[in-house]
Amino acid sequence: MIDKADSLLDAPVAPAAAAEAPPPAIAVVDLVSVLDGRPVLDGVSFDVPRGKTLVIMGPSGCGKTTLLRHLIGSMRPTRGRVELLGHNLGELAERDLEAVRRRFGILFQSGALFNSMTVAENVALPLREHTRLDAATIDVIVKMKLELVNLRAAANRMPAEISGGMKKRAGLARAIALDPEVLFYDEPSAGLDPVTSAEIDQLIIDLTDKLGVTSVVVTHEMDSAFRVADTMVMLDEGKVLRTGARQEFQLLRDGPPTGDRASDLIRQFLTGSSHGPITDRRLSGGYADDILMAAGRAGRPLWTGWR
Amino acid sequence: MDAASTQSRRLTHLGTRGLDVIRYIGGMALLLQETARAAAGVLASRPHRASAAAHLARQVVRLGIRSVGIVALVQFFVGVILALQMAPPLEPFGYVSMVANIIGVAVFRELGPLISAIVLCGFAGASIAAELGAMVVGEEVEALEAHAISPVRFLILPRLAGTVIAMICLCVVADLAGCLGGYLSSLLVIGPAAHLGYWARIAEQLTVGDFLTGLIKAGVFGLILGLLACFEGLRVRGGAEGVGRATTMTVVYTIISLVLVDCLFTVLFFVCKL
Ligand SMILES: Nc1ncnc2c1ncn2[C@@H]1O[C@H](COP(=O)(O)OP(=O)(O)O)[C@@H](O)[C@H]1O
Ligand SMILES: [Mg+2]
Repeated sequence: MIDKADSLLDAPVAPAAAAEAPPPAIAVVDLVSVLDGRPVLDGVSFDVPRGKTLVIMGPSGCGKTTLLRHLIGSMRPTRGRVELLGHNLGELAERDLEAVRRRFGILFQSGALFNSMTVAENVALPLREHTRLDAATIDVIVKMKLELVNLRAAANRMPAEISGGMKKRAGLARAIALDPEVLFYDEPSAGLDPVTSAEIDQLIIDLTDKLGVTSVVVTHEMDSAFRVADTMVMLDEGKVLRTGARQEFQLLRDGPPTGDRASDLIRQFLTGSSHGPITDRRLSGGYADDILMAAGRAGRPLWTGWR
Repeated sequence: MDAASTQSRRLTHLGTRGLDVIRYIGGMALLLQETARAAAGVLASRPHRASAAAHLARQVVRLGIRSVGIVALVQFFVGVILALQMAPPLEPFGYVSMVANIIGVAVFRELGPLISAIVLCGFAGASIAAELGAMVVGEEVEALEAHAISPVRFLILPRLAGTVIAMICLCVVADLAGCLGGYLSSLLVIGPAAHLGYWARIAEQLTVGDFLTGLIKAGVFGLILGLLACFEGLRVRGGAEGVGRATTMTVVYTIISLVLVDCLFTVLFFVCKL
């Protein structure tokens, strides 16, 4: 069934695009990632064309953050490959990987600010490390980036003194400090109020439209997903359930149940319904056993295995 | 049959533990190697050198200064105790004056480095492990990597160099404090036989070699405690609980390794007559 869904959607997109369009900013080909003996990602493939925004969705623990870690080269694939800006990340030496890393930015789930530095110093760090700009110029750039995320007033505060939403915006200012070509966002609007969340979405859209940045956004917030996405990927248990344009997913969300399990699973996720294949699976014994087994293998209590 | 299988299970268990230990030490060796490479890289590049010096200075102050008082205090009382413990057995032979010589050798060669290292491990080792652990949990280390800033150069190198330098400085302080403790108990309790000419006898007893072996030990102890703390910190998984575990394990493993390495050193120095 999943095969059918794959061929249905891949057929019109992949071959035609490969023939004419310029090479994509990101290409993931049959990516497999085995962690603690368990395939956390299992044959994931997709492309992100330059200047477009891809949204990755999926239930908690389905491997979204792990996928991002592969996209930025901080994990190496067990099998398959990840190409970023024309480089196969798995084959790069550490030094070349660093060169690629200067060309993208990432906003981590928690913001991941360096707690020992002020907000402004956080944003300045990549500039200090990777450019030969003098302190005054760096200062100006930092102010500009903070202005962009509406955070100039907090420039001299420490991360511990600002709210979660401010941390994420500061993290975003740091991610764009070096004017990256590609931006990754791990759940940018999780835990934010609707207004701040909408502001961040607008920022993602602006960066794409005005600067031509390619973006990959992992998100749970469906409003946010449909606002920013050009294309979408639905992950489930480490596999791609479906990739497609935003409109296809919109149709799926607004349409009636189809009876096709994959479609209904996606539909349940998109509408946030408490009835459907996702909940059915959770209630069945096999799934619970699976989780317990996985936690046992990881050698730690179940509740610490989740990120 | 049953006994045999139990035994083989035990052997397997032992083997696994042995492998774990080897893997642990190997991991630390790799971290040390990477740090050495980062150090070479920093020395070779001028802009990095300036910022690295600032980082290093900050770490030495942070790690060392807080421990100076405690190290001096502890070592002072060790000197007091040692002098008082040694005087009675020397008395019958009329060698009470030798208290100074004993204090000199014991403090400079052995107790100075060891006790400074144990105090620094409690202060700096635990704090480095907790700090790095919290950084791992907060995705900060990953963020550094993603910004193409090597965590080894940026975090580990200054801390490791910091513990080595702090240990060497602390050791000198500890040496002086220990001898002072011995002197004060000679002066106030033991009597003139011990305290008259105390400093001269220490100076006469000690060679440059005694002083240097102490400092070499101190440097190596600093390296061990820094490396263990960094390694445990970077290994943290699974939230706050993991951070707590890392600090505890750092202190436990450091004390065990310090004593083991100290023993190796002592045997080596004894055999080589250093
Ligand atoms: N370093 C790791 N080692 C072992 N298992 C991991 C590791 N990182 C993630 N996992 C497991 O992989 C699964 C997916 O995790 P993650 O990618 O964080 O999910 P998501 O971000 O979609 O919620 C989880 O079950 C998690 O326990
Ligand atoms: Mg996640």
